Amino acid sequence: MNQSLYEYCLRLGDTPLILSQRIGEYCSKAPHLEEDLAITNVGLDLLGQAENFLTYAASLKEELTADELAFKRKEKDFRSFHLVEVPNIDFAYVLVRQFFIDVYHNLFYTSLCNSKDETIAGISKKSIKEVRYHLQRSQDWIIRLGQGTEESNHRLQVTINELWMYIDELFYDNEIDNEMTKEGIGVSNREIKNNWFNIVTDTLNDAGLSSPENIPYTLQYGKDGFHTEYMGYLLAEMQHLPLLYPDAKW
Amino acid sequence: MENAKKLEAFQAKIDADIKIEPKDWMPEKYRRTLIRQISQHAHSEVIGMQPEGNWLTRAPSLRSKKILMAKIQDEAGHGLYLYCAAETLGIKREQFLEWLHEGKAKYSSVFNYPTLTWADIGAIGWLVDGAAIVNQVSLQGTSYGPYSRAMVKICMEESFHQRQGYEIMVTLANGTKEQKEMAQDALNRWWWPSIMMFGPHDADSAHSNQSLKWKIKRESNDELRQKFIDKTVEQGEHIGLSFPDPDLKWNKSSGHYEYGKINWNEFWNVVKGYGPGNKKRLAHHKDAHEEGSWVRQGAIAYAKKKRSIQKTA
Amino acid sequence: MEKDNQGVLWEVFIQVKAGRPFKHVGSLHAYDKEMAMQSARDLYTRRNEGNGIWLVKADDIVSSQSVDDEAFFDPSNDKVYRHPTFYKVPDGVKHI
Repeated sequence: MNQSLYEYCLRLGDTPLILSQRIGEYCSKAPHLEEDLAITNVGLDLLGQAENFLTYAASLKEELTADELAFKRKEKDFRSFHLVEVPNIDFAYVLVRQFFIDVYHNLFYTSLCNSKDETIAGISKKSIKEVRYHLQRSQDWIIRLGQGTEESNHRLQVTINELWMYIDELFYDNEIDNEMTKEGIGVSNREIKNNWFNIVTDTLNDAGLSSPENIPYTLQYGKDGFHTEYMGYLLAEMQHLPLLYPDAKW
Repeated sequence: MENAKKLEAFQAKIDADIKIEPKDWMPEKYRRTLIRQISQHAHSEVIGMQPEGNWLTRAPSLRSKKILMAKIQDEAGHGLYLYCAAETLGIKREQFLEWLHEGKAKYSSVFNYPTLTWADIGAIGWLVDGAAIVNQVSLQGTSYGPYSRAMVKICMEESFHQRQGYEIMVTLANGTKEQKEMAQDALNRWWWPSIMMFGPHDADSAHSNQSLKWKIKRESNDELRQKFIDKTVEQGEHIGLSFPDPDLKWNKSSGHYEYGKINWNEFWNVVKGYGPGNKKRLAHHKDAHEEGSWVRQGAIAYAKKKRSIQKTA
Repeated sequence: MEKDNQGVLWEVFIQVKAGRPFKHVGSLHAYDKEMAMQSARDLYTRRNEGNGIWLVKADDIVSSQSVDDEAFFDPSNDKVYRHPTFYKVPDGVKHI
């Protein structure tokens, strides 16, 4: 049970951690100075969520810290979604990736607020306020650029088509999800799938964009410990110092 | 005649410490000096995001990552406040960016130096921000209202930046042998550039006198530099680091530190943009701007559509 | 295609808490009002500075010329009767 809860907290922490790492990479590259500031707020919120969940995970083990989980874990032990590992190819990628996750986080945290585990419920209640705002922002941007120029519409559509395959993973439950859901601690991802599609499809319609056909995904999932090729580089960069100086404290 | 009278009244206001506001009459040279100085200051904040951003993805703990992210965000915010202050002088932000990209506008050359190790992030916060704060605290009293108000806000927000940098230095100085070496190496590389941030000596400063008379600047380059050195040396010695200046010593009778000769050749070479730093920083900014063009175009088109819908409705 | 630009300049007013006046805190650029509101939130309330925001397009602000305009402001200089300290109240009288 403790091991499953620990595993479960890792996945709650890893997705926001990796996404905030990507947002950090985007620093000073936004199309507009105001947007640079705004997206950094999103990054900071996500980093906070990651820290909270990883701190909780670490507390379930003896002599483990959130920093060790973030900076010394092997790739195979990370549980993040492939979607957030995708690089910042351009603003469309940054935006569509964010929008997909924002919708997911809203539905997911809303349910997770009712978790029987008080710590998880507490973190979720704090996080839901943050991701509600994230969604409002990304949704507005999708509509703005979807209805903007022919080029902005086209770029968004291409990116939506490219990223669509990754959403399959968001609604996949493995044994840990099933166990945690049964215990009343976790949330079944399958059950939020319909709502996710409704919100996304409505927004895309409003924006003059279309949702692609569902595509089967051929890779093994992040929450089972298998990652994209992007992940190795991301971790090499993120974990560089703690791995190079294993005895140092920062 | 009319102008001479206006100029006299203007100087009288300055002397009485009355702030000049955007719609007030001001000498053309005052306006031009402000445009140059405030936009240069804004560009510095924005370009300054890059050397620190270089380590954001490699910050070694969640705490340091969070703090650094918030700090770089502040730099963006400060750039923004300053662009807005500069815009009150009748130049749009588009124009400032164009001047930056064309190489017509400068930014603080200290940001052309590379950040080679994590300790550089400490050194930037402690020394570069430390130097900037000495200057900015003084500029809160600048005579141009919008600039002064921006400075007040910036100083309030910057107060954590220097501590963030010093905290990194303290941690490294108390850490492993390698960490301590890293801290010393960063201090060696950043000490002189941060001292040079205050600009040429008063005797050689092209703009200083008129700026002081108009209270655009409140203290001279050398006065500010001395303040910075006086408060910083002890902080470094306190954590067992040494400064790369054999002539640095306390002068009991003056109550100030004496310091060695500044290598102005290096200063001017960096100001003129020689070396890879300047090219890299500018190219990064330009690329991001060009890459963002389609996003801004999309937003412009969307706003236009919404306006026309409102009109027909 | 429109000429590339940085959007419209907006002036931002923040209310520190309910019941207090809105005070000018600065400006920002945005292309539409939703973006302006979000940027104002992200830029000017990131240290918990307030919970109410007003936005006005800078172009829509009507401003007096300047403090140089003597005819405009000086006449109110001598109307001291508009200030409560102008009036004599006998010692010991309270709540007025």
